[in-house]
Amino acid sequence: MRVELQEIRKIFGDVRANDGIDLTFEPGKIYGLLGENGAGKSTLMKILSGYQPPTSGQILLDGQPISFSAPDDALNAGIGMLYQSPLDFPPLQVIENHLLAYDNRLILKLEDGSEELKAYARRFGFEIDPERYVDTLTLGERQQMELLRLLALGAELLILDEPTTGISAEQKEVLFSTMRRLAHDENKTIVLVSHKLEEVQELCDQVAVLRQGKLIGTQDIPCPTSILVRMMFGEEIPRSEQPAFEEGPVVLQINDACIHTYRLAVEHIEFEVHEGEVIGFAGLEGSGQGLLLRACAGLIPLRSGEILLDGKPVKGKRSPVFWLPYLAYAVFIVRLIWLLVELILGRIRGVQLAGGIVVALLLSGAIWLVGTIIESWTSVAPYHEFYAQGGAFVPAGRLDEGLVAGLSLTEHMILAAPEHSFMVNWNAAREEIQKRINQVNVVGRPESDVAELSGGNQQRAMIALLNAPLRLIMLEHPTRGLDVTSANHIWGLFQQRRREGTAFMFISADLDELLERSDRIAVFSGGRLIQIVRASDTSVEELGYMIGGEQV
Amino acid sequence: MKRDNLRIIWPAVPVLLALVVITILLFVVGADPITTYSAFWTGSFATAERTFSTLAFWVPLLLCATGLLVTFTAGLWNIGVEGQMIMGAVGASWVALKVANALPNIPGLVIIPLELIIAFLAGALWAGLAAILKTRGGVHEIFGGVALNSLAIIATNYLISGPWQPPEGGTFRGTQPFPAHTLLPLHGDTLFSPLSLVLALLVLLVVMLTLKGTFWGLKLKALGKNLSSAFMMGISSEREAIIAMMLCGGLAGLAGAVRVLSWFDSLRQSISGGIGFLAILIVLLSGMRPLFTLVIALLFSALLTGGSIVQLRTQLHSSISGIIQGLLVLFMLLFGDYRKVIRKRRVVKPAPGGDA
Repeated sequence: MRVELQEIRKIFGDVRANDGIDLTFEPGKIYGLLGENGAGKSTLMKILSGYQPPTSGQILLDGQPISFSAPDDALNAGIGMLYQSPLDFPPLQVIENHLLAYDNRLILKLEDGSEELKAYARRFGFEIDPERYVDTLTLGERQQMELLRLLALGAELLILDEPTTGISAEQKEVLFSTMRRLAHDENKTIVLVSHKLEEVQELCDQVAVLRQGKLIGTQDIPCPTSILVRMMFGEEIPRSEQPAFEEGPVVLQINDACIHTYRLAVEHIEFEVHEGEVIGFAGLEGSGQGLLLRACAGLIPLRSGEILLDGKPVKGKRSPVFWLPYLAYAVFIVRLIWLLVELILGRIRGVQLAGGIVVALLLSGAIWLVGTIIESWTSVAPYHEFYAQGGAFVPAGRLDEGLVAGLSLTEHMILAAPEHSFMVNWNAAREEIQKRINQVNVVGRPESDVAELSGGNQQRAMIALLNAPLRLIMLEHPTRGLDVTSANHIWGLFQQRRREGTAFMFISADLDELLERSDRIAVFSGGRLIQIVRASDTSVEELGYMIGGEQV
Repeated sequence: MKRDNLRIIWPAVPVLLALVVITILLFVVGADPITTYSAFWTGSFATAERTFSTLAFWVPLLLCATGLLVTFTAGLWNIGVEGQMIMGAVGASWVALKVANALPNIPGLVIIPLELIIAFLAGALWAGLAAILKTRGGVHEIFGGVALNSLAIIATNYLISGPWQPPEGGTFRGTQPFPAHTLLPLHGDTLFSPLSLVLALLVLLVVMLTLKGTFWGLKLKALGKNLSSAFMMGISSEREAIIAMMLCGGLAGLAGAVRVLSWFDSLRQSISGGIGFLAILIVLLSGMRPLFTLVIALLFSALLTGGSIVQLRTQLHSSISGIIQGLLVLFMLLFGDYRKVIRKRRVVKPAPGGDA
């Protein structure tokens, strides 16, 4: 099956996620789709797999135009997508999960289905036990299960979205050899969405590179990696001169920090951030830089090691009356022992013992309840201590974590202000936010609901809400969605804060921004801190290599 | 029409629609709508006695609704309000029965405030338990609330039939009547206590001002709209959630006290009469606007109080009040938000599995 994408355009608000993309996928070949985060790879593949319709443009299957209203349509037409996070049902058995895709009428054909599933698994070199429960499988096995389902449903074109994230090396080998067999022996088309250069080099016959929603070009593989890097990240452009940075006292110290999540382990990170310094975190999304940044703000717990803000660990405050709930347990146990003693001495009877235990339970339960309530009133979360010590965290999800949709800018100002009075002083807050709105160029009025602002203005609003002075500002993608002028303006404001001693740590997918704005760049790949380099000593190309996991 | 005008006038639309449907319904069952509606009026407001009866039902409803304004603002579904009310009634009954009995010389001027305070505390602690279950145990407040409601009912039944049974022997009906000086002063022969109305209105006013004008109120609002963002802005979600729940529980406890100390004169098996659940409906319908809450609560208590006269006059069962209430609620939920009605409906797809 030959699949052609013609002039595909997808526009979200004022963002052109896909901007007129033409691509052709021939049968029997493995294609790679390369690009940075936000280059438009996922959007394009979601259009091809029927998940969302394009704003304009069309899809041709063997020369016939077709449109999909749901992923089901695409699958019926032979296009199947393997999503990055498995779309399966963890509480079900493998075979049940498999049969869900079919119209089973009334009675499940469990035995026939199992045989079929096993036959498919043998044919493609997977090992899978239909009886097992999905939630006991590894990510790689779940992926295999999903692939078998797509193949059994007759997929001719398979889209694999970052399939090697989170699976073991052997599983990757099996996956790749299966892909080769499917393409070269069974004449199917494979599209591998990835940003890992080595994988693309290893598996693909041809790659298409996207950047900022546009198709930069296609390239036959093998080819020198440098060509791909240049296509992905663009030509090097001359940079503005970096303001000199003098090493001041340490603001944040990271000692041998390890963070473990179910997906990724970040191990043994160690570095320092100084007053007035800007540290940029480079790496593909999910390489560990986001976890580390959040751990530094006290938002995720460390498995081991410590992170010190101005010499003090960011641990939160335990309540001074944390022992109160334990007192309740003690009261209960003491009372219980006393009752038993009385029973043994013959002073009470069995019935009275039972009654006594109930009374003791009620009494200690009441103490426990009151104690826990007081305890939870008086303890402080680690992030809130970080916040109180002059730290700030500007998350990427503007309306998810940064701003409260439904509240006005003035209301945000009141919440974010360092000092609070019991009754709100609306006028003072309005004046203050107006001042900041002017300073940061937010298009909006103090009484505007933040949900009604455009994405870029929400970004500016979050920056306007940062108080001064601060010790450390952490930002996830600080200028995403902003044009060059506004980005320059915001970084200009940050420069001023730097001179006042504020340190910055930020994540960005834009290598030019990292090079231009940072003093040092920490490059992450697969949970490892590959290297910390001086921004003035490196280049886009070098960063591209390091992001792909290669030491320079 | 200007948007603002539309917003003010709109609430009339679902009410009128509901009235049309109710009228048709009355025709269908063979009742005369005019007689029925006038019977409702006679039953709820036509005489002073009926009016006071309506008001007496209104007060606890209003107290519960006021508490729920706080929890809904904080984004909490305090279904446990019913149980909190019952526990408040138990607390007040304990003072009226046991404390007043042990210290018979305490005047009503002391004992009544004491009853109210204990009722408040009892309700607040019961709500605090639901809150702790949520924040520490990961039990959603709806499930915790339902469980605690059942426990509260069981506790009342145990007290009525066990330790607090009347001297002439235990029944499941109630305790012995409380001493007269422990009851709220009533207006004439009615069950209405003016003091409780003043208290309820005062509480509503304070809560209204708190939610609108104080920093704490703003924190609750932020918390209710987006927990994560609120946390990022330095708000301790756990602390504020517990305080909001306890405040609501306390007010529900006061409502329970009003029920046992004026509507009844003793602790009964079903002191709540579904007032807690009704209050949840009222707050939802009012869109969390305090003044609307006030009015809708009055309307609903009039409907319920008027139901008995409707039965006498038209031979319709008094459950007609419930049907009318249900229809009102249904239409308000369906057409209450003009933006949802006017805006073109869009099909929303679930979020994608992952994002590269």
